[in-house]
Amino acid sequence: MTTAVATAAASTLVGTFVQLRAGEDWLPVCHLDRLVPGRGVAALLPGGHQVAVFLDRAGRLHAVDNRDPFTGAAVLSRGLLGSHQGRPFVASPLLKQRFDLATGQCLDDETVRLTTYEVRAA
Amino acid sequence: MPMPTTDSSTVSPSVTVSPTIVLVGHGMVGQRFLEALAERGLTSTHRVVVLCEEPRPAYDRVHLTSYFSGTSADELSMTDMEFIEKHGIELRLGDPAESVDREARTVTARSGLTVSYDTLVLATGSYPFVPPVPGKDADGCFVYRTIEDLLAIEEWAKARATTGAVVGGGLLGLEAAGALKGLGLDAHIVEFAPRLMPVQVDDGGGAALLRTIEEMGLTVHTGAGTQEVLTGEDGAVTGMKLSNGSELAVDMVVFSAGVRPRDQLARDCGLEVGERGGIAVDASCRTVSDDRVFAIGECALAVDGRVYGLVAPGYEMAQTAAATIAREEAEFTGADLSTKLKLLGVDVASFGDAHGTADGCLDVVYSDSRAGLYKKLVVGRDGTLLGGILVGDAEAYGTLRALTGSVPPVSPESLVLPAGAAGGGAQLGPSALPDEAIICSCHNVTKGAIRGAVTDHQCVTVPEVKKCTKAGTGCGSCVKVLGQLVEAELEASGVEVDKGLCGCFGQTREELYEIVLALRVTSYRELLDRHGREEARGGDGCEICKPSVANMLATLAPAIGADAHVLDGEQSSLQDTNDHFLANLQKNGSYSVVPRIPGGEIAPEKLIVIGEIARDFGLYTKITGGQRIDMFGARVEQLPRIWARLVDAGFESGHAYGKSLRTVKSCVGSTWCRYGVQDSVRMAIDLELRYRGLRSPHKLKSAVSGCARECAEAQSKDFGVIATANGWNLYVGGNGGATPRHADLLAQDLSDAELVRLIDRFLMFYIRTADRLERTSVWLDRIPGGLDHVRDVVVHDSLGICDDLERLMAAHVAHYRDEWAAVLEDPEKLERFVSFVNAPETPDPTVAFVPERGQIKPNLPLLQIGIREMEGTATR
Ligand code: SRM
Ligand SMILES: Cc1cc2nc3c(=O)[nH]c(=O)nc-3n(C[C@H](O)[C@H](O)[C@H](O)COP(=O)(O)OP(=O)(O)OC[C@H]3O[C@@H](n4cnc5c(N)ncnc54)[C@H](O)[C@@H]3O)c2cc1C
Ligand code: SF4
Ligand code: FES
Repeated sequence: MTTAVATAAASTLVGTFVQLRAGEDWLPVCHLDRLVPGRGVAALLPGGHQVAVFLDRAGRLHAVDNRDPFTGAAVLSRGLLGSHQGRPFVASPLLKQRFDLATGQCLDDETVRLTTYEVRAA
Repeated sequence: MPMPTTDSSTVSPSVTVSPTIVLVGHGMVGQRFLEALAERGLTSTHRVVVLCEEPRPAYDRVHLTSYFSGTSADELSMTDMEFIEKHGIELRLGDPAESVDREARTVTARSGLTVSYDTLVLATGSYPFVPPVPGKDADGCFVYRTIEDLLAIEEWAKARATTGAVVGGGLLGLEAAGALKGLGLDAHIVEFAPRLMPVQVDDGGGAALLRTIEEMGLTVHTGAGTQEVLTGEDGAVTGMKLSNGSELAVDMVVFSAGVRPRDQLARDCGLEVGERGGIAVDASCRTVSDDRVFAIGECALAVDGRVYGLVAPGYEMAQTAAATIAREEAEFTGADLSTKLKLLGVDVASFGDAHGTADGCLDVVYSDSRAGLYKKLVVGRDGTLLGGILVGDAEAYGTLRALTGSVPPVSPESLVLPAGAAGGGAQLGPSALPDEAIICSCHNVTKGAIRGAVTDHQCVTVPEVKKCTKAGTGCGSCVKVLGQLVEAELEASGVEVDKGLCGCFGQTREELYEIVLALRVTSYRELLDRHGREEARGGDGCEICKPSVANMLATLAPAIGADAHVLDGEQSSLQDTNDHFLANLQKNGSYSVVPRIPGGEIAPEKLIVIGEIARDFGLYTKITGGQRIDMFGARVEQLPRIWARLVDAGFESGHAYGKSLRTVKSCVGSTWCRYGVQDSVRMAIDLELRYRGLRSPHKLKSAVSGCARECAEAQSKDFGVIATANGWNLYVGGNGGATPRHADLLAQDLSDAELVRLIDRFLMFYIRTADRLERTSVWLDRIPGGLDHVRDVVVHDSLGICDDLERLMAAHVAHYRDEWAAVLEDPEKLERFVSFVNAPETPDPTVAFVPERGQIKPNLPLLQIGIREMEGTATR
């Protein structure tokens, strides 16, 4: 059933842009169709921050800090997406810690949390 | 940040209906105390006011240093504001308590607020001790305790320092020195005692530690006191004078010479404090002077006469105080100072009576300073294990700590000797532990309780046992032992263990492979939605099954008609990062590139091309252990340009990424070698080209030797070939790595064709039946019937599947294409090779390098010393 939702969502969004909230403004970062469901891309904010943007299977967008807090490398956009009890997460490609994409909370270490960013398709 | 405050500046008891608890200090222990209150429902029956001196709520001081490795102040926070709000706690940030009037039972804060209390809890922690030397307050002198301290250190180091000294070579001093080094400074450590970490380790351990720390480029001065901090005209630090007469030129000094309890507030209101500080409390953590006042954490002098500078005993005090307030029975009578940590990458652990203070006790010591190893056990006359110190390898810490106080089942010598040493190397599993042994010291959970969780509470997974017993939810250092125990217990009680691949699939990898092959499933989504666990269908899958299924689809693509390239369509969303970028991810986010050099044979022109490419892109080059050349330090957007040059020169991907064939090593063989009986180079090249690109449950390695002298080390390979006068011997199931295994002889004196046919069958049978990430060695030892069964299947075709196996391999060989070349031809795939989707030309600025030995190495934005563990163990 989710498949249907995903296709519907994706088709209504054709030609739309992925936009990140930067202060008051929305910064367009790429065409929505650049995102493969289940994978991420990295975007550079004007201030130099790096944001990892993901599209999940249900067609929802997520954005978190690109920096892996366990190693300091800016690689989270290259991690794999998964879902646990219906909540999407990304697993770091370096040492595999998982982070809830909605809250940024690390699922393997309760003391670690990523900054999340507002993201939309418009 | 929301900051609930009270609106009136004075609150008299008559206005407040519910009794009031005032907590002074919102550090780690204070926060735990609040949680303990909430757990007991006391936050709904009491008004709770917290006076917090720092500008932020409680954070994880233990992991403070990880701030320098990129953990932000927010990430260190231990306080969930929802928790504070939900429980109606009045948290006043940046408003320390200034005085207590015990007669009137009021506390007055800096803001002028006066609160009446029924119960007062002091959790004011410690302050860093700064020795009273001239110049100690100069600009450029720091302490190491709070986030604000770290911010100041970072700012100074970046703006004005190249060399720094840390006063104190204890636990925190080493951390601080590591942090300075990570900030790019030359770091000195000045320690008054004759060795580093004098509290935790003895002279032998100190020597092993010293050597390792010096090798990391830190300069250590032991047996030296600080006499004076020297300053320049502007009042800033220029150097340090030491008690041994020497002088150090430094631009900053960090004092880390121990901590002292913050008991001034208590002294001022007449509470009894110990001779050397600390607010005196009884076993229920009530101050001995006033039964309405409690003290917990580092500011308290416990009933055993000690002040504990570790967080675990503090947590226990927090629980004790909350329980006492709730009128439950609880006692804190003391804890031992067992610690395990990873300092600057070195394992250091001490437990029990580490210094051997008990009467008549004996030492068993193993020391290898060349390897930076030192292990000492302290044993009583009757053989009871009393304590010990481990430096360089603290693997056995969990088991040894739990065995402390009992007579170990094997001799102490065998516990400290390295594995494999004559007469030693006993590996004591958790099964050797008695039921009373404490496995998780953070939460005081015994082995018996963990077994009980499985047998009496029907827990069948580690997460369930964690939830049920709380074991493993503190510092995490017991999780490994916990996992072993749970598994052993499940097996013993005959519980059916879930053998499913992951949380998404209930099938094993082998079962999924059969489904994919038989039903020709070419899409991961389809597999998940039709065959996944009920609760996982329609979801996003997980990081375990996605690459596993991708791997199967790649192996079976020609047979089932799936997309041919690992980056085609849906497959690109399933690949681990290495397969996704067709290169190997390195610790700083850059990649390494390994072209295939079949059999290790390479013509000079091609060597030159590699040299030129590496030079032009500034890559670090290294000859690998697999007879080829690795080029490190490429950024994502450089990969296609590097491949283009390589492909032009006739190279292709070496599949150093991916679970697939790596190399087939060769010796020089009969063409040149006077002993060679067959052409091992040619055979190695043939085999490497035949199986290149073959995806498998784990990586595959091979080698061919030209005679029984075995210069190619074929017997350590998944499939190894050794020449005989009559042909080839085939060995299978060899492994190097952490658990080496010699390969077993599968068949003898084979012709070229027979050899290839057998390897085809062997590999395909392995790919079909092995578990995820199971090397051939482990697989061979696991499958029922072992080697004999495999021989029956692949040599004698006992299952009648050999035709199928050969057909599958033939399809793979026929459909092989270089993965790099395919990307270069496909603009859509090429588009993904950028650091930033919105700035394709911009390289990732965090990927940086520094020179080393004429080449480059990653300049890590951070220092990896934040990862380490430490704990206090309660003795019962
Ligand atoms: C580059 C190289 C070291 C070197 O500089 O020589 C190397 C580097 C890595 N090895 Fe290795 N191994 C290298 C030869 C070896 C060898 C020697 C050999 O192949 O003859 C062994 C022992 C033989 C064996 O595998 O049985 C070896 C045993 C391992 C293991 C342990 C495997 C095991 O079964 O226990 C791992 C971990 C794993 O694969 O899970 C590993 C994993 C790795 C990884 C992939 C770790 C990682 O995930 O980052 C390293 C990445 C390489 C990179 O980024 O490019 N590497 N590794 C060697 C590459 C050979 C090549 O040309 O492809
Ligand atoms: C860099 C570093 C590494 C460490 N590593 C480890 C480790 O690996 N393992 C381990 O077990 N321990 C470690 N420790 C020690 C551990 O952090 C302490 O044991 C723990 O923080 C003690 O908790 P506490 O709540 O008693 O004190 P603290 O966490 O210090 O909290 C006390 C709080 O009270 C506040 N305060 C003081 N006076 C007042 C007042 N009058 N009014 C209001 N507030 C006041 C202070 O500002 C502070 O915020 C480490 C400490 C540091 C600094
Ligand atoms: S294995 Fe035999 S043939 Fe090969 S190099 Fe060694 S001695 Fe020569
Ligand atoms: S979590 Fe178990 S010992 Fe710390």
